[in-house]
Amino acid sequence: MAGLRLEGLRKSFGQNEILKGVDLTLADGEMLVIVGASGCGKSTLLRLVAGLETPTAGRILIDGRDVTRLDPSERDIAMVFQNYALYPHMSVFENMAYGLKIRGLPKAGIRAKVDAASALLGLDALLDRKPRQLSGGQRQRVAMGRAIVRDPKLFLFDEPLSNLDAKLRVQMRGEIRRLQRRLKVTSLYVTHDQVEAMTLGDRLLVMHQGVPVQLATPTEVFERPADTYVAGFIGSPAMNLLPGTLGRNGTAVSLEGTEVGLGTRRYALPDGHGVILGIRPEHVALDPSGREWPVEVVELLGSETLIHAGRTGAATLTLRLANGAPVGEAVRVSFPPEHLHLFDRATGLRLDPA
Amino acid sequence: MERRTLFPGRLLPALLILPQLVLTFVFFLWPALQAIKSSLEREDAFGTSTEFVGLENFADLFNDPLYLAAIGRTAVFCAGVTAVSIGVALLLAVLADTEIRGRAFYRTMLIWPYAVAPAMSAVLWVLMFHPQIGLVGAFLNRIGIGWDYKLDGTQAMLLVILAAAWKQISYNFIFFLAGLQAIPKTIIEAARIDGARGFRRFRTIILPLLMPTVYFLLVVDLVYAAFDTFATVYAVNGGGPGQSTQTLVLKVYLDGIVNANIGSSSAQSVVLMVGVIVLCAIQFRFLGRKAVT
Repeated sequence: MAGLRLEGLRKSFGQNEILKGVDLTLADGEMLVIVGASGCGKSTLLRLVAGLETPTAGRILIDGRDVTRLDPSERDIAMVFQNYALYPHMSVFENMAYGLKIRGLPKAGIRAKVDAASALLGLDALLDRKPRQLSGGQRQRVAMGRAIVRDPKLFLFDEPLSNLDAKLRVQMRGEIRRLQRRLKVTSLYVTHDQVEAMTLGDRLLVMHQGVPVQLATPTEVFERPADTYVAGFIGSPAMNLLPGTLGRNGTAVSLEGTEVGLGTRRYALPDGHGVILGIRPEHVALDPSGREWPVEVVELLGSETLIHAGRTGAATLTLRLANGAPVGEAVRVSFPPEHLHLFDRATGLRLDPA
Repeated sequence: MERRTLFPGRLLPALLILPQLVLTFVFFLWPALQAIKSSLEREDAFGTSTEFVGLENFADLFNDPLYLAAIGRTAVFCAGVTAVSIGVALLLAVLADTEIRGRAFYRTMLIWPYAVAPAMSAVLWVLMFHPQIGLVGAFLNRIGIGWDYKLDGTQAMLLVILAAAWKQISYNFIFFLAGLQAIPKTIIEAARIDGARGFRRFRTIILPLLMPTVYFLLVVDLVYAAFDTFATVYAVNGGGPGQSTQTLVLKVYLDGIVNANIGSSSAQSVVLMVGVIVLCAIQFRFLGRKAVT
């Protein structure tokens, strides 16, 4: 049975359509990460599923049950908020127990559940503390604990790690992943951080201006981005996107006079068709026989070197090289055909060879 | 750290605070000292001589059953005003905090009474509750409830409590609304997901987070009711019928100005002064406390 199903979900605030139709099915126990720039509608989507907002159109089904018109408390969900939203006047124990108490569970049952969750999260020693006596990471854990004790059908995460410092974020990311695998609860995780998206999700949903643009596994999103938006959004530094035209019967792309061969691929489009050639910075190869690009900026990152090359006014190219690569005034590069992505210049959509 | 401006020299800073110091001295310290002095003296019936009597005025005061009754009456009045103004203001603030059309308009309307002069507001209440011409008063009499605050002391007390509380509701409302809006929305949403609804959510989440505001207003309202309601109470019924709405502040005025018993009146104001100082100390303690428990 599907853990979560969204059918034609739309949401407008006044004249402003935030969510322009989302269809989605999550398998039981699956973790889906919704990623996109701010304002893309990802948080609205999550709040609709939580029941904190009412959709303008569409249906929401959790575990096969239509919950579109139900109150958040009747949806059997738990949510972890960006600012944790712990009850400041309650102890850690009371924070976790609150939802259970309202459901009318007996005291002993509450105790057992909270104890189990706090053992799982390493919160045993902190149960009597108030939220303000906890560190950011501990608060985050309490927020997780509050979600876990409820034993919900669905976990919702609203950018839960963005208030933590970088080191803690990496650690908590791992913890969330382990926890979700272990509890096997269907989860929806919203973030704008692509590293979180890549590492946490079984599948990714990339959103752009209220429209889902790609729903696929992280590997596929990375290797076969559906359009130029996804190509530019996932991966850091971003993929090089160079405008050109198709030529040689669809087997080569011409970039400002330089011809780039597409290897064995052939595209069934007329020559002269406007395309965008995509290549990731790590795939650009140094090649003494290739075209020359003047170097503008060199960034030494320790383990690798980023080179930004290009002529003023023209397309720029980013290269990602191992440390110690020889860099002078200019680089000569070639584009290995197996790493090239092709997009339609008019629609931005990915083009596939015939 | 707050920004500080340093003025050069000593003359300019002294000059700048002088107006405030003069005001404080002329309108507060001087009369206060005068009151303390007069509270230790007694004038003869014609006001031609005064003699020093030590604490006799105070001793008389606390042996006077009328004064003790006024203390009890003031306590009832203060409790009533504070309870009504806090209760109603909290209810209105909770309602005004919800997202509905035109809330900016009625929020403004709710703040309005605060700008009405005390005597004016008292007259409004008198006009509403007057037994013959008052809308509410006449109605009460028509349906068989014998309403006349000019004869019935309890009804008079009820009316002055309402009139005095009405003004303070606006003040409390502003603070409660600000307090409610300071509660992070996500906490309310977390409570919604946890299944807390309606009154339960209010009692277990919102009210505890609002308690600092409640404590603060409790003290402010007590100070207001005890010391700042003279105009309202006096305008409603002048402390009557009999002495049924004669609060301590009113008694200071009636004994001192109307009955010209300066010694006793001064002693009473000294007692009130001590009361104000105690309440202010309590208030400062609450204001000084930053953390929310």
